[in-house]
Amino acid sequence: MNHDHFRQQAYGPAARKEDARFLRGKGTFVDDIALPGMLHGAMLRSPLAHARILSVDTAAAAAHPMVEAVITGDMLAERGLAWMPTLSADVQAVLATDKVRFQGQEVAFVVARDRYSARDALELISVDYEPLPVVMDAGLALDPAAPVIRDDLGNGRGNAIFDWSAGDKAATDAVFASADVVVSQELLYPRSHPAPLETCGAIADLDEITGRLTIWCTSQAPHAHRTMYAMMTGLPEHKIRVVSPDIGGGFGNKVPIYPGYLCAIVGSMMTGKPVKWVEDRSENLMSTSFARDYHMRGEIASTADGQILAVRAKVIADHGAFNGAAQPAKFPAGFFHIFTGSYDLKAAYCEVTGVYTNKAPGGVAYSCSFRVTEAVYLIERMVDRLAAELGSDPAELRMKNLLRPEQFPYTCPTGLEYDSGDYPRALRTALDLAGYDALRAEQAAGRQRGEYMGIGLSFFTEGVGAGPKHQMDILGLGLADGADLRIHPTGKAVLAVSCQTQGQGHETTFAQIVAAELGLSPDDVEVVHGDTDRTPFGLGTYGSRSTAVSGAAAAVVARKVRDRARLVAAAMLEVAADDLEWSGGAWRVKGDPEQARGIAEIAMAAHSGLDLGTGVEGHLDAITVYNPPNLTFPFGAYICVTDVDAGTGQVSVRRFIAVDDCGVRINPMIVAGQVHRGLADGIGIALMQNITFDAEGNCLGGSLMDYLLPTSVEVPSPELGATVTPSPHHPIGAKGIGESATVGSPAAVVNSVIDALAPFGVKHADMPLTPAAVWCAIQAVANTTKGVKAPDV
Amino acid sequence: MRITLTVNGTEYSRIIEPRLLLIHLIRDELRLTGSHWGCDTSNCGACVLWLDETPVKSCTVLAAMADGRRVMTVEGLAAGTRLDPVQEGFARCHGLQCGFCTPGMMLTARWLLDHHPDPSEADIREALSGQVCRCTGYENIVRAVRWAADYEAAQDQADHS
Repeated sequence: MNHDHFRQQAYGPAARKEDARFLRGKGTFVDDIALPGMLHGAMLRSPLAHARILSVDTAAAAAHPMVEAVITGDMLAERGLAWMPTLSADVQAVLATDKVRFQGQEVAFVVARDRYSARDALELISVDYEPLPVVMDAGLALDPAAPVIRDDLGNGRGNAIFDWSAGDKAATDAVFASADVVVSQELLYPRSHPAPLETCGAIADLDEITGRLTIWCTSQAPHAHRTMYAMMTGLPEHKIRVVSPDIGGGFGNKVPIYPGYLCAIVGSMMTGKPVKWVEDRSENLMSTSFARDYHMRGEIASTADGQILAVRAKVIADHGAFNGAAQPAKFPAGFFHIFTGSYDLKAAYCEVTGVYTNKAPGGVAYSCSFRVTEAVYLIERMVDRLAAELGSDPAELRMKNLLRPEQFPYTCPTGLEYDSGDYPRALRTALDLAGYDALRAEQAAGRQRGEYMGIGLSFFTEGVGAGPKHQMDILGLGLADGADLRIHPTGKAVLAVSCQTQGQGHETTFAQIVAAELGLSPDDVEVVHGDTDRTPFGLGTYGSRSTAVSGAAAAVVARKVRDRARLVAAAMLEVAADDLEWSGGAWRVKGDPEQARGIAEIAMAAHSGLDLGTGVEGHLDAITVYNPPNLTFPFGAYICVTDVDAGTGQVSVRRFIAVDDCGVRINPMIVAGQVHRGLADGIGIALMQNITFDAEGNCLGGSLMDYLLPTSVEVPSPELGATVTPSPHHPIGAKGIGESATVGSPAAVVNSVIDALAPFGVKHADMPLTPAAVWCAIQAVANTTKGVKAPDV
Repeated sequence: MRITLTVNGTEYSRIIEPRLLLIHLIRDELRLTGSHWGCDTSNCGACVLWLDETPVKSCTVLAAMADGRRVMTVEGLAAGTRLDPVQEGFARCHGLQCGFCTPGMMLTARWLLDHHPDPSEADIREALSGQVCRCTGYENIVRAVRWAADYEAAQDQADHS
């Protein structure tokens, strides 16, 4: 029985350890926690998108019999807390002092004895606003005549935040100049919102006697939050404990620190009691991290026979009123430069300009793998546009241009080193699963009958698992993760990790990783996470980095334990350590495999009076910090089949075929669940979800009646396939999977709808492809071209 | 005002504000936190529980409306330590990830199977369509409900043979 065989026993579709509590309604989410004497906070928010604050009168609210404190921006300013650092080297108002800069911005905070009274008291606060002209159009934000939103910065840069580029401009321009075919397209990736079912919230409890602050919080990154709270509040970090209990979905929404969390802390400082603040759904949608809002122009160059040569992109990135985007500091556009996609290109160049507008802050959230989703959308739409221009089949065009397995490791024209891949195999698998040729035949036959069926492909490559410390940090904190593994005398293990599960099943998967390395059952491994007092430092769960970084740390720390166990086993068996080999979940004497000791026996012996020799002090426990050498590069091929009612514009998704390659799969059941979610995201983002604003800056997506999330009747049963190309640098060959489908699927949906509309001559329409958007796209082209006549209505 | 209601078989009597929402009574006053709150607008279904025999979205039901009535929450779904087949199905089919929508989903699923013991996939999707899950893409929830239907059918057959 070799080690790989044993690993196969620990890996597999094991039922989740997490489920027992959730099935019985015994999870512990932030709002489930009630502390003795706990008070409740509520936030007063701006009704206007841009206005000067003339006065804030809180006297009536403070006089409410149930109110214990009212906090304003001026009061925070006295404590040096009116502004807080963002994750992108900007500052954000905690409570506004000078102006409000987006609708829903935080203005005042009430602390009361119950939830309802806190809300009542908000009505008693009177704020005088002087309305200012708003900037809602990212394209107009850089107009010299545009009102300056961030006059607090005084940097003379107007509404510009950053200019960033990647690739070789001159080389790319040269390729474009001599290309046979160039296709360009304006593409909007609209503003979206992750909308986890649990909104954001916190309970802050400052113990006046010990000086210890405990904050229970909806945090995807408890350790980073602890450090940030120390920096913000001046409280010493060793007196701060951040607990991220059960989290009702994150998807990037729970990476930043929000003003409400700090207000809860200040409320606890002022009252000496625990203060809970939980936002409502409108607050979540209107004020917390949005996603996307990328205004892109893509260009693709090819030879006449369809050899893709180069891509160019110019992007205006709308970051809202404060640059609260979360990504590694050196990458203000995240990993957008992976827009070269999965293809063998000669050159590529992109420019991204970040701008302020009078919208909620954020920008990197919602399972985007740090802007890879925008990049994948751009390249995959452009490839389909090129296919249409050339009259090529989009699957054939992709197959012709995909990177070949022998090209890996492959450095793309903008500098990312793709670690591994077998792209043609994944695409072939997807085409076979779909029955692609038969679908095309069905489509052709249907068109004869006036039925508009679409077949849309996307092939994506992600770079996930940020990241090497020398390249990647957030606020100076390198993106490495610790792991701490303790082995009890009876051979049971406790793994403590820094990342935090929001549904991904870390308690199960990480137990499987450790079990596989140590010859234990996953049931013998308890995973501790989400409490900074009980776990080693690390940067948290986002950007599909948990398995890629913390999962690697878990494997590495288990191997440290195994190495230490070897010394003890040698003492037990009275042989030299070199005479032992790890096999079948035990240390065995080479040539005499019956002479063996497993981890449980070794753990007990390590605590015994046995002379352990040098290198072991008395137990097997180990710690590590894993600094990834590179990102991991999962990839996949997706095919979406839609039926479009040309009379109403209604799109229904008939089939979704997804072949993912995330390297070695630890728990295939959990991997499939992650993909299921992402495909639903793709359908939602492509067809339904939209955070829009009117001309005055009012948010039109501020409730789930307006911001439409897909339900069970919009999402089909997905058809999944898998290929396995292990990451060569990850200790167990795994790659991230948490965001692949969210990243890869929107382009497949849009490509499918545009494919369905090809008979009308429609070349492109922006997301979300609501019935109205689809209908308008048909009408617009029908009125100007000689395509199929649009249906009469 | 004073109300009296039975929750999961236990009678409770409370003096409440007339405006108190049922979800807040259940969660904050009775401390049964398995039912969640998610949207305020009856769109997400995280707050679904049974009022008498019917699943309701308790974020838009006044606690006063539950006076004299019976409520069942997720905490009342299992029979002692024995999980309801719906709960068992969710575990076996990976029908939950973060667990936030799960109680509401399971209570609707239980109602469906009580009234429609052999639902098609389309029936299940229709029954759950008033509730939102952000994690599973619904596929494994549908499978979980179907698993429970199959399990109960097999149990019935065993009982009758």
